[in-house]
Amino acid sequence: MSEEARRDVSQPRAEERAEFTNGAAAASVLAAGIGSLALGFFTVVVEASEGARETLNLYDPVGPLSGKTTFAVVVWLAGWVVLHLAWRGKQVSFGMVFAFALVLIALGFIGTFPPFFEVFSYE
Amino acid sequence: MSLTTREFWTAIHGMGLGALFLLAFAGGLAGLYGLRREWETVAGIREQVRRLIAGTWIMAILAWLTVIVGTWVVYPWYRATPPEGADLKEYPRSYLLSDPNLEAWHTFGMEWKEHVTWLSPILATAVAYVVLRYGFRLADAPGVRRALIVLFVLAFLAAGVGGILGAFITKVAPIL
Repeated sequence: MSEEARRDVSQPRAEERAEFTNGAAAASVLAAGIGSLALGFFTVVVEASEGARETLNLYDPVGPLSGKTTFAVVVWLAGWVVLHLAWRGKQVSFGMVFAFALVLIALGFIGTFPPFFEVFSYE
Repeated sequence: MSLTTREFWTAIHGMGLGALFLLAFAGGLAGLYGLRREWETVAGIREQVRRLIAGTWIMAILAWLTVIVGTWVVYPWYRATPPEGADLKEYPRSYLLSDPNLEAWHTFGMEWKEHVTWLSPILATAVAYVVLRYGFRLADAPGVRRALIVLFVLAFLAAGVGGILGAFITKVAPIL
């Protein structure tokens, strides 16, 4: 192996040595938490309100699940864009952001769990 | 031996897309876990990152296709309202709700599955994006890498709940 080739496999390239800022990663992780929470929130709201059930029924054969999932995805993407623009290229407290995201994800899991959301049933 | 259109799409949803996602999980997890500067040469990390980018994006796409096909193609057949005098076995939701011994498969099983599985593509996409954006540099960022592992496991758990419940519900009340 030539000296140049050996250097190529044993040394990080310039882009691999680039300064590490965790803002974009934190934005992606927190946005996933926001999307998860949104899904849990819409699931509970549809259970609790007949109006919400009708509003979120975007497509009759699928029922309100069509709106719950569509709007959760919209909230997730919108949150991601906003956070990414705010944090890209910056260093943030990743541990704090991740812990907060985990709380939001846990709330998302809880909100989609039938024994929980049925507590709010209007029927 | 033949499949109806409905059986074909149900198989694509569960045994194709969903099962591939679950099977690919172990490889992705091992890739994220092993992405450490102290365990790999620079060339090894570079090769591992290439596989990890491809693997995590394939899994994220599989997760999206699974929930989109499940919700927009298969689910309408599951929840269709039967006409007067119809054979309820052709209408799984109504069939399950008509029998007190089976109704929990809908009120708990399907209600949980249809919602929680949507968390999987959101979490898997977050992981895939970070792997793509940071690549090689993740080997020097153990905190971020550990967070990705947690999100990856949660994506798997959400999909796993859907997969297990889907298999049982299909056994009790198949979409014919």
